Amino acid sequence: MAETVALTVRIRRFNPEVRPDPWWDEFELEMEPFDRLLDALHEVKWRHDGTLALRRSCAHGICGSDAMVINGKNDLACKVLVKDVAPKVTVEPIRGLRVLKDLIVDMDTFFEGYKRMLPYLINDEETSERERLQSPEERERFDDTTKCILCAACTTSCPIFWGDEGYVGPAAIVNAHRFIFDSRDRGGRKRLEILGEKPGVFRCRTTFNCTEACPRGIKVTKAIQEVKRAIMFDHLG
Amino acid sequence: MTTTHVYDAVIVGAGGAGLRAALEASGEVSTAVISKLYPTRSHTGTAQGGVCAALGNVEEDSPEWHAFDTVKGGDYLVDQPAADIMCREAIDRIIELEHWGFPFNRTPDGKIDQRRFGGHTRNHGEAAVRRACYAADRTGHMILQTLYQQCIKQDVRFFNEFYVIDLLLVDGSTAGVVAYELATGEIHVFRAKSVLFATGGYGKIFKITSNAHTLTGDGMSVCYRRGIPLEDMEFFQFHPTGIYKMGILISEAVRGEGGILLNGEGERFMERYAPTIKDLAPRDMVSRAIYQEIKEGRGVDGKDYVYLDVRHLDPEVIEKKIPDVTEFARIYLGVEPTTDPVPTQPTAHYGMGGIPTDADGRVVVGEGEDVVPGLYAAGECACVSVHGANRLGTNSLLDIVVFGRRGGLDMARYAKEADLPELPRDAEGDAVAGLRGLLEASGGDSIADIRDELQEQMFDLAAVVRVEEGLRKMQELLGGLRERYGRAVVQDKGSVYNTDLMEAWELGALLDCADTLVAAALARDESRGGHYREDHPLRDDDHWLRHSLAWREPDSGVRLEYKPVKMGAYVPMERKY
Repeated sequence: MAETVALTVRIRRFNPEVRPDPWWDEFELEMEPFDRLLDALHEVKWRHDGTLALRRSCAHGICGSDAMVINGKNDLACKVLVKDVAPKVTVEPIRGLRVLKDLIVDMDTFFEGYKRMLPYLINDEETSERERLQSPEERERFDDTTKCILCAACTTSCPIFWGDEGYVGPAAIVNAHRFIFDSRDRGGRKRLEILGEKPGVFRCRTTFNCTEACPRGIKVTKAIQEVKRAIMFDHLG
Repeated sequence: MTTTHVYDAVIVGAGGAGLRAALEASGEVSTAVISKLYPTRSHTGTAQGGVCAALGNVEEDSPEWHAFDTVKGGDYLVDQPAADIMCREAIDRIIELEHWGFPFNRTPDGKIDQRRFGGHTRNHGEAAVRRACYAADRTGHMILQTLYQQCIKQDVRFFNEFYVIDLLLVDGSTAGVVAYELATGEIHVFRAKSVLFATGGYGKIFKITSNAHTLTGDGMSVCYRRGIPLEDMEFFQFHPTGIYKMGILISEAVRGEGGILLNGEGERFMERYAPTIKDLAPRDMVSRAIYQEIKEGRGVDGKDYVYLDVRHLDPEVIEKKIPDVTEFARIYLGVEPTTDPVPTQPTAHYGMGGIPTDADGRVVVGEGEDVVPGLYAAGECACVSVHGANRLGTNSLLDIVVFGRRGGLDMARYAKEADLPELPRDAEGDAVAGLRGLLEASGGDSIADIRDELQEQMFDLAAVVRVEEGLRKMQELLGGLRERYGRAVVQDKGSVYNTDLMEAWELGALLDCADTLVAAALARDESRGGHYREDHPLRDDDHWLRHSLAWREPDSGVRLEYKPVKMGAYVPMERKY
């Protein structure tokens, strides 16, 4: 048994069936240093208070379920280790989306923004029985933005998104970027038109919150800047 | 309150198999996809290393070689006609993914790049072959994203965060499913002509697993409770390289790119176990080799783990081809793989068994393989059987796109021909009573305590190595766990996002899966693929070249039946690599 560390977990709670306003709960835990914060939240749910509600699945940063505000910063609970937050950690639901219960928020607006980007390859040219060719350099061009797991950590860290529900937000733009800069795609113009409109990419004020928040290390702000430049200079090639 | 919906086709689960099926069905008939997660949260997304197809882009290859490897890798329990179909159709499915925008890594001349993977060989075992198509080490993520993108394009109808908790059968034909809506606690009855289960695996019966918290065997259990047998449940794959203690997967692609396994003495021990392909032997063999090394005192520091070593690899290869798994080692172990070896141990990874189907995804029951009209399954929850006693790496991603598509096509065909069946009387009655039972129990243990004990004991007694005595003990323990489950307490009594209640329901599904696994493992007194009996270490084709079928008895007992393996070109041989 590895040595344990004391961890106080302070959680912002909300349950519309219990009371109309949010409240705070604190739990005192003993955890192992390399446990994930997600393990600590499970410890709360499984040993202290079964009513705690959160989303989680893969528990290693791929499924994108457990984005939350951890000590004031957006991150995935399964990618933050106890040793890095002990002795005390504060956990809140991500901001800018309606809280439904405890750490669970309404993701529908987030996914609607994503869908507005036409997030699928657009190319009506006839295909052969074999793959389209794409050079490693062309493939590399959009590699970074293929990593997005739609966890909403970036979008819900964006002050513009908090203030304006109409703004599509960083994650949607990242996913537009993924196709706009894919040499096989032919829908770039259409997407850039959408992004050039009022709720689009020019709402971004380059605060870099999104890049800091991305648990996948995507250079989100850079992707947004590239999309802005593509609209201004129309250099899709 | 109950809401009733009517669709031609209902797909349960939104991982790769479910989404691939939806792309076929939704274009033909009215289709709903019901998933307990948002679609992009499914576990398909965590598959890392690749998806195999004999494209021959970087060296000579053929679908026939791929089929041979699949059959041999499965220790000859594979239904060979189904494996032939899978390996032949692999090429079209990969090209189709490319046409849908899948961002494959590319060769210098722009083709889909391919790399080596465990058990995939040139010309029937001569040497490792480059067959796995990939996108760095996030191939599953890109498959899930690509399929979901196509579903958005096709405007597929999703019911997210709905748990399917019952299957409706009328006179042996499919009539629909019952679902619990997590957000509201409401019950929904989905009346449908055809239903396809694509609910994934059940790795959460084990303590150390690569599987998501949500992989609890739901669809398998729902079918099992309605009289559908489960096939080949004794065959569970342990992936050799899980992150020590946590079980998080470190892809076989790491060894495909040149990584090696070292024991506590710094020896590359796989050279002794598989002289030809060494560290790229199939997973069951590597996991057993690790077990053997640890048992003989050659684990690292005498403990229960070995090292995965990539220090000799070109840093550029690590950065470009296996970046995510390198990151996992850094985050979760605090180990820098470019300078230090990574502690790994076998981790419960994949259930070869499941709901028995034919190659069109139709559920077939009994020795006579009678079709259950309108009922389908695909992906890990199904058993076609293309993986036999041990699945080869990359073949699960292939399975979901090949058989997800075939199931989707056939369920649409069936729905067009069939009449909409009447619902049974009080269609949701059993489901509601089951949930009420869970909510009203009092005085018992917590769900978490019972689940912990199940996972720990299964990992000790029914994992990589099994013996009769241990399996008998596990069977007894399961009886006790089930009895405690009947009294277990759900703390949350509410209707809004009651994940406490759903975890309790999921534990019931895990217990069903564990029951069938242990019963079938106890009966099979031979060793084959992922099922290794230390007290019966040899394969016994005379008695055991057959599939098990586990039927549920009224008192939660298990009755076993067997059906023959569908043979083909490949005659069982000793399995050496």
